[in-house]
Amino acid sequence: MGWFPQTISGRVYAVILLILAPAPFVFEWINQPFYLDLLSRALILAIAVVSLNLILGFGGMVSLGHAAYIGIGAYSVGIPSYYDFYNGWLHLGLALSVSAAFAFVTGAISLRTKGVYFIMITMAFSQMVYFTFLSLEEYGADDGLVIYSRSEFPEWLTMDGSTSLYYWIFGLLLLSLFFVRRLVHARFGRVIVGSKFNDQRMQALGFDTYRYRLVCYVISAMMCSLAGMLLGNFTGFISPDMIGWARSGELIFMVIIGGAGTFFGPLVGTIAFVLLEEFLSLITVYWHLIFGVMLVALVLFGKGGIDGWLSLMDRKRADNG
Amino acid sequence: MAEQLLNIHQLNKHFGGIVATDNVNLSVEQGLIHAIIGPNGAGKTTLIAQLSGQIKPDSGEIEFGGHSITGYNTARRAREGLARSFQITSVVMPMTLLQNVMLAVQGTSGHSFRFWSPVSEDREMATAALESLAAVGLDDRADRIAANLSHGEQRQLEVAMALAMKPRMLLLDEPMAGMGKEEGAMMVDILNSLKGDITILLVEHDMDAVFSLADRLSVLVNGHIIATDTVENIRNNHEVQKAYLGDGHA
Ligand SMILES: Nc1ncnc2c1ncn2[C@@H]1O[C@H](COP(=O)(O)OP(=O)(O)O)[C@@H](O)[C@H]1O
Ligand SMILES: [Mg+2]
Repeated sequence: MGWFPQTISGRVYAVILLILAPAPFVFEWINQPFYLDLLSRALILAIAVVSLNLILGFGGMVSLGHAAYIGIGAYSVGIPSYYDFYNGWLHLGLALSVSAAFAFVTGAISLRTKGVYFIMITMAFSQMVYFTFLSLEEYGADDGLVIYSRSEFPEWLTMDGSTSLYYWIFGLLLLSLFFVRRLVHARFGRVIVGSKFNDQRMQALGFDTYRYRLVCYVISAMMCSLAGMLLGNFTGFISPDMIGWARSGELIFMVIIGGAGTFFGPLVGTIAFVLLEEFLSLITVYWHLIFGVMLVALVLFGKGGIDGWLSLMDRKRADNG
Repeated sequence: MAEQLLNIHQLNKHFGGIVATDNVNLSVEQGLIHAIIGPNGAGKTTLIAQLSGQIKPDSGEIEFGGHSITGYNTARRAREGLARSFQITSVVMPMTLLQNVMLAVQGTSGHSFRFWSPVSEDREMATAALESLAAVGLDDRADRIAANLSHGEQRQLEVAMALAMKPRMLLLDEPMAGMGKEEGAMMVDILNSLKGDITILLVEHDMDAVFSLADRLSVLVNGHIIATDTVENIRNNHEVQKAYLGDGHA
């Protein structure tokens, strides 16, 4: 079994991927379609969280406006569909290009600032998107818009049916994870990570860090819009509620729960968040309170999130021989 | 007459009421070690920061390699071959020494909009980085995390990073600050070995080091250069002794 990871964290992640891969068939077999829905939603969010982790975890750019790109992706499906344009490539192209353009313009401004100012300005821009969608009476305003049919792709790529859609989600998630890993280890990623820790030094080494950070921000936004495009197809319904700033805050929590600046942290963080939310809401009406306390405790004391704990176990095991 | 690599014309910088740089004119000759001495708060760090672009001067011109670089930002000056080290150690602490120095190599070897090939597999860059680490005697610790180094080793890493940029000129801001005797002597050896190959502007407090290394010496007091001359002449200059060196060095 040379291909199987040797570390505890590596094994946990491998097992999770091995469980996720055949999930639709398992849930069909045990006749629990609800779980497939839950998992599909979690993995869609995971793509958004992977994209946020790229700028937040690796780049130190704490955006409180990333849900805007989920919205842009979802409305890129919803608005064309409203006019009976169901072509999936059109939806995909719109999601990627509009999110890139919006991220380029707003990122160019936001990245002039640092720290709390960056958090506030990204939030302000996302609220702009929120209120724009809220004011679009034609597309349902705050009532939202029903999407009657999924994005159309060639037969072998179809999104129709919950199993096909699941594999779209799972596939794009794997691609995102893989892409971020390559990116971070490549020259581009070294600049991003270096400037998170010491931007002044990186400039003195010859890097125009602002440009690299801006490109990173745009890449992250485009990746996030994919999650939105999938979400629009998954729920068959879009509304401004998908993109309020509280949504963006949840994305940040998912990054932190899993472990910011790690490769698989965002995936486990999102799954943990979604499962906990679901579970707590079943057992008590006060789940918001309990959940909130758990999150605060985690931020304060849970250094490195789930990935951090797993690596800690690995180090302990290594120390014990 | 040898070529001037760096020319500073009438540079001025104020911080509110404080005059940090007061009409500074200075030329640094290619291939020499040119030291700047002066008491604390004289404006040495501020001068270095204006040369490398972190601080914008109020007025004045900076010429490097025959053309003005006054309008260039920090990164562009670095790519032009003007490398600086920092008085307060400034490296990427969570990275290893090798990774830090590889960043320095990367910064001056083409753009970094490369999204796919892992840096760790770039042999050429690793070799260049290891050479710079070897030049400061850190190559045996290449895989240590920078944060875990001693203060003296971090100072050496600073210099290794500046060297890895293959600069035409080094701006060194107190490279020996906080070093012990032995480490200081090692740094003097390192800088001596670079002499002739790289032009160096050296800000340093340690007079013995300065006197043994420098070809030229400028004395900065209250933001103004009161004298520039050979080491020998400065040592015998009464004005300088009065203003700065004190009786102990006379
Ligand atoms: N960013 C700044 N803002 C305000 N005053 C500064 C700043 N940087 C330096 N100074 C002041 O400028 C003067 C020169 O400082 P500095 O260049 O650090 O001196 P040196 O390196 O020779 O000790 C000092 O009086 C210092 O307090
Ligand atoms: Mg200083």
